[in-house]
Amino acid sequence: MLDADFFRRWMTATAVSVDREAERLTALDSPIGDADHGSNLQRGFTAVAATLEKESPDTPGAVLTLAGRRLISTVGGASGPLYGTLLRRTGKALGEAGEVTEEQFAVALREGVDAVMTLGGAAPGDKTMIDALVPAVDALGAGFAAARAAAEEGALATTPLQARKGRASYLGERSIGHQDPGATSASLLVAALAEVAGE
Amino acid sequence: MSDEKLVGIVLVSHSAEVAASVAELAKGLAGGGTAVPVAPAGGTEGGGLGTSAELIAAAAASVDRGAGVAVLTDLGSAVLTVKALLAEGDELPDRTRLVDAPFVEGAVAAVVTAATGADLAAVEAAAAEAYTYRKV
Repeated sequence: MLDADFFRRWMTATAVSVDREAERLTALDSPIGDADHGSNLQRGFTAVAATLEKESPDTPGAVLTLAGRRLISTVGGASGPLYGTLLRRTGKALGEAGEVTEEQFAVALREGVDAVMTLGGAAPGDKTMIDALVPAVDALGAGFAAARAAAEEGALATTPLQARKGRASYLGERSIGHQDPGATSASLLVAALAEVAGE
Repeated sequence: MSDEKLVGIVLVSHSAEVAASVAELAKGLAGGGTAVPVAPAGGTEGGGLGTSAELIAAAAASVDRGAGVAVLTDLGSAVLTVKALLAEGDELPDRTRLVDAPFVEGAVAAVVTAATGADLAAVEAAAAEAYTYRKV
């Protein structure tokens, strides 16, 4: 069973990971974006970790809903409402249970990913965070480690794609040959999940 | 006229200067002394380029006179942040709508229309109609 502390540690581990990888995320965002993905997410997840520390919400749903809310208000770029919606919708789908099973979490996370696709209009293959999140959710039934591997593979597989959403899409064919920063940060989020699960 | 409830307009841009300038432009073209409440929400709270959910929420609250609020945005995170706030349910005043319109032309159309005392649906329609105006 996964409790509020598990999800709080997931967010904290993500903050640490984003902090460590911020320069790389921004470097990936330089040729095809506006070179702020690392610093934006660093600001967002640092605020999330601080808020969870201070307010210590006591259910999995409340942890993710609060985290999503903080991302929407602190990131300043498109990744704020996108990751914010992912976590908020996942949190809402978990309801008010004090503990949830891995299966319940997988179902909730899929609702979150669906909400991101609705918000941003991106589908798999558009060279976005969706290209890491959808394979991760699909693999989650086989465990957190499988989800991490699927997300990392999905992020790497964005390199040959042409961007069809977001600022990178303005570059057309010139977006080909660069790994997508959003898919990369999404793989960090999933990797942090496997890390706190001990897988 | 003074107690007539006017639709409020919020202009969200990645740039504080763009949002403020388009607000001035739209009010100016609506006839200077218009009573339409228009608030810019541009850039991040730190003054950089980007989108601030806090600035958007504050701007929407400041122009809400009870007749609804029309929000116009430039692109990317501005659009997504407003949509995410609307999905929250309680972040923006009741009857706040994201209006699908070109930023500058839509803002002018929205403010001019709101100044007539038109309701939110009419303001939204006028702003959206700005897409149909071809320049060539």
